[in-house]
Amino acid sequence: MKLALHVEKLRKDYVLKGETVHALRGVTFEVQTGEYIAIMGPSGSGKSTLLNLLGCLDRPTAGSYVLGGRNVAQLDDNQLSDVRAANIGFVFQSYNLIPQLTVVENIEVPLYYQGRLDAANRRRCRELARMVGLGDRLNHRPTELSGGQQQRVAIARSLANDPYFILADEPTGNLDTATSVEVLDLFQKLNARGKTIVLVTHENDVAARCKRVLRLRDGLVESDELNRRG
Amino acid sequence: MIRPLFITLRLAVYSLLLHKLRTGLAVVGILIGIMAVIWLVAMGQGVSYQAQKQIEDLGARNIIVRSVKPSEQAEASSGHRSMVLEYGLLRDDFRRIVTNVPTGVIEQAVPIREMRKQLRRDQYAVEGRVVGCTPEYFSLNNLRMERGRFLQDRDGAPPENVCVLAATAAGELFPLENPIGKSIQIDRDFYVVVGQTAKRDPTAAIGGSLDSQDYNLDVYIPLKTQRWRIGDMVFTSRSGSREGEIVQLSQITLTVADKDQVYETAGIIRTLLEKYHPNQDFGVVVPQELLRQAKLIEMMFNLLLVIIAGISLVVGGIGIMNIMLATVTERTREIGIRRALGAKRRAIIQQFLAESVVLTGVGGLLGVGCGFLVGPAVRTVRDLALRLFPEMMSALPPVIMELQPRIAWWSIIASLAISISVGVIFGLYPAMRAAYMDPIEALRHE
Repeated sequence: MKLALHVEKLRKDYVLKGETVHALRGVTFEVQTGEYIAIMGPSGSGKSTLLNLLGCLDRPTAGSYVLGGRNVAQLDDNQLSDVRAANIGFVFQSYNLIPQLTVVENIEVPLYYQGRLDAANRRRCRELARMVGLGDRLNHRPTELSGGQQQRVAIARSLANDPYFILADEPTGNLDTATSVEVLDLFQKLNARGKTIVLVTHENDVAARCKRVLRLRDGLVESDELNRRG
Repeated sequence: MIRPLFITLRLAVYSLLLHKLRTGLAVVGILIGIMAVIWLVAMGQGVSYQAQKQIEDLGARNIIVRSVKPSEQAEASSGHRSMVLEYGLLRDDFRRIVTNVPTGVIEQAVPIREMRKQLRRDQYAVEGRVVGCTPEYFSLNNLRMERGRFLQDRDGAPPENVCVLAATAAGELFPLENPIGKSIQIDRDFYVVVGQTAKRDPTAAIGGSLDSQDYNLDVYIPLKTQRWRIGDMVFTSRSGSREGEIVQLSQITLTVADKDQVYETAGIIRTLLEKYHPNQDFGVVVPQELLRQAKLIEMMFNLLLVIIAGISLVVGGIGIMNIMLATVTERTREIGIRRALGAKRRAIIQQFLAESVVLTGVGGLLGVGCGFLVGPAVRTVRDLALRLFPEMMSALPPVIMELQPRIAWWSIIASLAISISVGVIFGLYPAMRAAYMDPIEALRHE
């Protein structure tokens, strides 16, 4: 199996009101291509910090983060932008679609920032919209869609750049149970097709649908185990 | 290359359309500034164009020496106030000028004597102006013949009673008739008409040096004939009493061969004549100098207008900055999303700059469009003012009454360039603020 990402002794310190907070105190784990992993932990466990680091939105204080064979831990702002544009697919709790763009245009955004928005890729973005069941809403704006539909657009968008992994932050946090199930079914379908998914959540029943669960506590890995069902 | 630009601009338009009223007001701010630039420049150009055209008609290589009637004060102080006033240029002055200025410098020189006279023919009569001159007058003033010929050299040799009529004079004296070969009467003498000139545009007064003149009631006769038949003295009736003036020449017009010698030659003439005219009863007018002054005044006027317009554009620009700052704050989350999805800082700057430039660019284009309305607008305001305050309007100088705004092409190009620059300058700070937000914070923003 190929390695999707690998973090080694990842540390992150913040200075908050003159006091240093050790948010991550040496986290080490790796994710293989095709894995479906949930990262769990109570608030204050360093879950959000790890999410920001995995999403290349922030730089660790120490340690390494190897993404697709390249250490991205200490890249500068421009290089991190390139990594986010090319190698990471984001799905957020509050969907985070751009309100003035249509469904297709929202899906195209990561490609636009890579300068890869050619005719073939535009066609692919429309196919992605169809795949998540929004083929008939291509030119609708996000405000005209339900929460579940918006999240499906966001998932299609996360696939547009064909990333090393999808990073989903509480993707069902704003959805009712029925819609949550739909979204999780979609993730499962994608994983079955070989997509790597890293899902940050605090809900046990969401984590239960993943193949592997990594628990954080006080900035350290508390447990890392495979789900029996997975 | 074109496609990303197109997408950026389209996105800017989308985003601006999210707040139509706010966008509209910002555009109007720029529109008014740009319109002000074009209107003010057009009016300034209109004023100076008229003056410049007249000065240019006088000829850039010409020097005009005119007789000037001494003021009443000078008369009074000189002690004697006679019934007959003698002043002005002398025939000797003409000879002095022609002989004293180095040969080759003067291309042609025309002595002129003008006098108001009644022109008569049978039952027709018209108050015209008798202009005694030499044949060079024709080429020097760029006259055109309607029919017949102008005065010729031999016309003066033994003084002949011939004349050339200007357009209106010919029409008044010979309605529906060809005047050539027929005679007109001035005082007690008769003159045979040998030619008729084409219509000539009147000139307005220029800076107090030259009076406004209508040339179409002129009758041209040989200078020698004029001296022989009419003489130098002219009587005018003024408030019951008759006053006489003795003037030999009213004007000497010279054309200098080389444009660069105009000032020097004018200086020579001035010193030359001052010796013989201690009472300053002459004036030297250099059209080139007038032109230079007019251009200088125009430049300063334009500079003033640009400053005024610049202030209004800065005000508009501050409005743009205000709106862009509000937009950036409002769309913090969008900025966070875009950064997360891989937008570099440069891309964010580009996006917000595109918005402010679209804002000011559209304002600029609309401003130029409204700028073209300057003509109708000036006319409407003038008509309205004439109807509402006729007595106030009649007191205004003709320059304002007859103002024809002329839109300067450079003001249009400058306006568009300025409006885009305003967009860049006032959009840069808000765009930088957007680009340097922390993406994590921005994503969390509600």
